[in-house]
Amino acid sequence: MNAANHATPRIVVKDLNFYYGKFLALKNINLDIAEKKVTAFIGPSGCGKSTLLRTFNRMYQLYPQQTATGAIMLDGDNILDKHQDLNKLRAKIGMVFQKPTPFPMSIYDNIAFGVKLYNNLSKNDMDERVEWALKKAALWVEVKDKLKQSGMGLSGGQQQRLCIARAIAVKPEVLLLDEPTSALDPISTAHIEKLIDELKEDFTIVIVTHNMQQAARVSDYTAYMYLGDLVEFGDTSTVFTNPKRKETEDYITGRFG
Amino acid sequence: MDSLFHNLTRLAASGVLVLLAAILFSLIKGSMPAIHAFGFGFLISPDWDPVTDRFGALIPIVGTLVTSFIALLIAIPVSFGIALFLTELSPRLLRRPLGVAIELLAGIPSIIYGMWGLFVFAPLFADHIEPWLNDHIGPLPYIGPFFSGPPMGIGILTASIILAIMVIPFISAVMRDVFDVVPVMLKESAYGLGSTTWEVMMSIVLPYTKVGVVGGIMLGLGRALGETMAVTFVIGNAHELSKSLLNPGNSISSALANEFTEAVGDLYTASLVELGLILFFITFVVLSLARYMLYKLGQREGKVS
Repeated sequence: MNAANHATPRIVVKDLNFYYGKFLALKNINLDIAEKKVTAFIGPSGCGKSTLLRTFNRMYQLYPQQTATGAIMLDGDNILDKHQDLNKLRAKIGMVFQKPTPFPMSIYDNIAFGVKLYNNLSKNDMDERVEWALKKAALWVEVKDKLKQSGMGLSGGQQQRLCIARAIAVKPEVLLLDEPTSALDPISTAHIEKLIDELKEDFTIVIVTHNMQQAARVSDYTAYMYLGDLVEFGDTSTVFTNPKRKETEDYITGRFG
Repeated sequence: MDSLFHNLTRLAASGVLVLLAAILFSLIKGSMPAIHAFGFGFLISPDWDPVTDRFGALIPIVGTLVTSFIALLIAIPVSFGIALFLTELSPRLLRRPLGVAIELLAGIPSIIYGMWGLFVFAPLFADHIEPWLNDHIGPLPYIGPFFSGPPMGIGILTASIILAIMVIPFISAVMRDVFDVVPVMLKESAYGLGSTTWEVMMSIVLPYTKVGVVGGIMLGLGRALGETMAVTFVIGNAHELSKSLLNPGNSISSALANEFTEAVGDLYTASLVELGLILFFITFVVLSLARYMLYKLGQREGKVS
């Protein structure tokens, strides 16, 4: 299922199976994530879209009963290889979650936190990096006068942009967005969607969403998943206007799910 | 009928306040002779001589504060380690048994800790650890004098260690509970940036739960300050002010426990009562601080979730 063939693949998923204990949650997934494009995973709850996303940075590793087999290739390296340095991997692959998760520290420190883990920047360079990340996340204008205040005092939409800024501040190659707007109001959602559009110039983006309109609006490629199977994967316009599979059509037209 | 019930509960509730006021009043009244005789000098005088009727609270106050401080110094890192292991690293299967074991440890009566300290721990300490401290840390500058002295087994340091063992279950149980309320997603966000477990704990979990952690420590401190039996067994009960932690000393509560039966004369009794008043004051301050911090934690949880 390499509908994204004509673009350079950044991540190549091969024969991926994922288990929660004994339960098989992803069944033999094969797909390519195109470089500097937005790839969306859609599907009903429990279909495995978030699970798939969480294999890319091996977040599942925090939970001992979760295992994955197969291969996920990034830069010729298998992410699932057990010798993989997890901390370095996660610095290369940023992630933003369903709910805003500002750290209990100032706005500035929220951004600087991840950068400090890997780079020893001077005060000046760090200031620049923080400004760069906040500008990229379209938050700079709103917070530039209160960088020393707690990140927890921002509005929900601002907090989520703060989390995006924090994720891109470490200059990752890939950005994973796990339903990034599900806890936000429509205006904040529009902000984030516009942002995603701008960010794909620099980053390869994978987004999980349960909002089909959102997938249609922001993504270049769409994968429809159901019960752990990758049902259909291709150009977003094709998947939405001319799906090959009956199940996909039923889902996107709202007859199911 | 309703108003009867209303008044009954009000009576019960106000009873607590009356009781508190009565205890405070009788403590103050009982210590009046000593307050008149020694004034504020009581707090800083190292005298304790029943024969000449000269009394001062410095030695027991110092003993109480020093043993509690050292106990916390030991207990805080250990409790943090226990809570960290239980919430982040422990296999799911071990979590419950370990948690229950900690709660059981908290339930052991203090006199058992005291007996264990006197009959088991103190001899071991005297034979193996204190000579080592004398040889290896004693010669060091600055901290050396604290760790040189006769290896008797009983003394300030032994009491502090027993106290540490006693407060660890309290502090670690509170720490575990507050670490558990940290949203999983918040921790995952930090892991997602490439943090190690240690970095997540120190930079995210601890700041997020700091109010609760401090509250737990204060709870432990409250217990350490007031602990009587276990300390009495191992502290040595000597009215001496010594630099060395290996020497025997005294704490407020163990001075009270040991000397009330033999206190003759008004001034002696009054001095002991004043010691009680001082202890009451110290623990009152510590516990109110703890309450206040737990209250702040509640507020914060409400705000965040």
